Amino acid sequence: MTKEELLNSVNQKLTEHFHGSLEHSEMLYDFPVFTINKEKIHEVLSFLKNDSDLNFHFLTDLCGFQTEDEKHLGVIYHLHNLPKNLRIRVKTFFPMTHPEIPTATNIWKAANWMERETYDFYGVKFKGHPNLKRILNVDEMDIYPLRKEYPLEDQTRDDKSDKMFGR
Amino acid sequence: MAKKQNKNITAEEVVAETTAPKTKKKEKLVTPAFDPENMVEEKEFSTLNLGPTHPATHGIFQNVLQMDGEIIHDAVSTIGYIHRAFEKLAERRPFYQITTITDRLNYCSSPINNFGWHMTVEKLIKAEMPKRAEYMRVIIMELSRIADHLICNSVIGVDTGAMTGFLYIFQWREKIYDIFESICGARLTTNIGRIGGFDKDFSPRTWELIRNFIKEYPKGLKEFANLLERNKIFMDRTVNCGPISAELALEYSFTGPNLRAAGVDYDVRVMNPYSSYQDFDFIVPIGTAGDTYDRFMVRQEEMWQSLRIIEQALKNMPDGPTHANIPSFYLPPKEEVYNNMEALIYHFKIVMGESEVPKGEVYHCVEGGNGELGFYLVSDGGRTPYRLHFRRPCFIYYQAYPEMIKGRMLSDAIITMSSMNVIAGELDA
Amino acid sequence: MAKDKQIIKRTKLEIAKSPEGLEGPGFFATKLEDVIGLARANSLWPLPFATSCCGIEFMATMASDYDLARFGSERLSFSPRQADMLMVMGTIAKKMGPILRQVYEQMAEPKWVLSVGACASSGGIFDTYSVLQGIDRIIPVDVYVPGCPPRPEQILEGVMKIQELAKNESLRRRNSDEYKKLLNSYGIE
Repeated sequence: MTKEELLNSVNQKLTEHFHGSLEHSEMLYDFPVFTINKEKIHEVLSFLKNDSDLNFHFLTDLCGFQTEDEKHLGVIYHLHNLPKNLRIRVKTFFPMTHPEIPTATNIWKAANWMERETYDFYGVKFKGHPNLKRILNVDEMDIYPLRKEYPLEDQTRDDKSDKMFGR
Repeated sequence: MAKKQNKNITAEEVVAETTAPKTKKKEKLVTPAFDPENMVEEKEFSTLNLGPTHPATHGIFQNVLQMDGEIIHDAVSTIGYIHRAFEKLAERRPFYQITTITDRLNYCSSPINNFGWHMTVEKLIKAEMPKRAEYMRVIIMELSRIADHLICNSVIGVDTGAMTGFLYIFQWREKIYDIFESICGARLTTNIGRIGGFDKDFSPRTWELIRNFIKEYPKGLKEFANLLERNKIFMDRTVNCGPISAELALEYSFTGPNLRAAGVDYDVRVMNPYSSYQDFDFIVPIGTAGDTYDRFMVRQEEMWQSLRIIEQALKNMPDGPTHANIPSFYLPPKEEVYNNMEALIYHFKIVMGESEVPKGEVYHCVEGGNGELGFYLVSDGGRTPYRLHFRRPCFIYYQAYPEMIKGRMLSDAIITMSSMNVIAGELDA
Repeated sequence: MAKDKQIIKRTKLEIAKSPEGLEGPGFFATKLEDVIGLARANSLWPLPFATSCCGIEFMATMASDYDLARFGSERLSFSPRQADMLMVMGTIAKKMGPILRQVYEQMAEPKWVLSVGACASSGGIFDTYSVLQGIDRIIPVDVYVPGCPPRPEQILEGVMKIQELAKNESLRRRNSDEYKKLLNSYGIE
């Protein structure tokens, strides 16, 4: 199956089964990419995993994303079908004021820590996650550091001036 | 004896209990008479805090274990003790400077990370790579795979009480470092190569070092294998220790040697060939049980296969340029910078990180030392990536660790961890 | 005795120099301080607090090629109670800071701290929200080793510098007001 055929067949199946939830699909470099409405994301993911033809049973990656207008957050899934060696990317976006989507931990066990990391970095709340708390940063932290509005640098340093280092 | 009510509580509750301020109740001590006939079997769990600075964990991982005697009943892992914010840092650095950050991901095999990142950017800018540069990359990547597996396997030896293998094999690791050093000047965090290939061809001395290495190393590896592979004590310790089934491994998104040890022949080098891996003939070794011994043996065999790949690469090394024709990423030679206006402009642009990149998003993965190392790069056409996410294999498979050690001995948990090759830098990003 | 010296000459071994003193047939008189300094310097038990990349270079330092054992640091003491020298190797994140401090506090006097690598010394390239910008913000440091990561030779030189400090340290230093003031400035009692 070539990449274009894969794009078309997933496209067809998703429009057939989830009428109207497939917002957008395109080919980005060598990856078929699908943007799904967040209301249906859990159903779509579990369909993609359990469909006998597609069978994306391997969750390669899950990460957070912030759109350029800084008003929306997103979650990006990379799925892989090992026997047929097919890969797709699934995206979903939601407003920053209400960052809540259903968890994927009941579809893939591997999603557990990846979702915790996404929560830690972007503050995305995964509904139904068994243990949603910070994983890499300290629990007391009150910012979501990877959002664009927060600075990268350590704020306690006073020996680096803007003039010299362009911070 | 007061009746214990803690039969079904999890380790998390125990952690909460131990950290909560204690209020001491005054109780009268009543010692019941000892009655062997009417003993009620009671289970009493103890909590053991393993880490973060435990000598046997090789890095900083914390595991709070709920122990039933010597058996682990439940475990909770805490990570993040060296979280360094790679992803945020990468959003503020020009593309060529990110190579430096990737060095520190899996620092046992930095060149693989470097090349993985270079290939991601090359994919984004659609650069055509010359064969010679790809073959040179393959040689370095396989050398660093050997270096990575050497650390892991010798450390399994150390944890099972065999220091000898570690001391013997590290001499050979130093020889790999010598090769890296002659190419780029650094030993561990190599920062090797450029986006688009290499800055120059290897020197004759480097070629000689590589040839000598593949000629002599089999002797050293054989010696190491003789020490451990069929060693009765080593086998008793590692066979059936911390096994994981193929189904569970896939569910937890295992990749690399750990997945192959469980019996799934997934190798990025074969499935999605990059850097001309399709030209080479090699075997993907797999195990059956997914236990510590299988993981050890898969890594041993991979080292032999790496040697085969290097031999083939040396034999079939094509001639030609060592870098792609992408002047906006490749620093021009110094003579041209001094004598040619255009070269000077490129030099300036590259050093200031102002090279133009197209808008787009790519995912590229390479077979790292411990699994599929992926780079998800979103570029908005600016001088830095808009978003760069590293798919870190350790981070993803380490979450299965509590499940792998449940119901097993504490001493097995230690070697299970060292055989999984969890690298703290990669785990915590 | 003469034979021993011959062997030493042949294998080019060097034994630790004896301190200055009054020597005669059957006796040797010197200052207690010098003898203790000599003993301390040549039997430093390191506590390797290896967190990241520098830890791998430390493994190379320990292994056969560079062999830290030549400097009397054969025995790694993973327990802070028995350790003399805290070797901090690698990035210390803010989450790790309290643990490092606790380890330091648990060590018995006299203790020395060797900060290996750019991250431990100053935060290195990681000027980020999660990394402690140098361990000297929470514990006093005796010797800094630059490099990212430093070569094993550099780590060895750092250890030798600590040896020098240990050799020349006054026995009363750890009880002096100055030293207490130093610790208090870090909030350590």
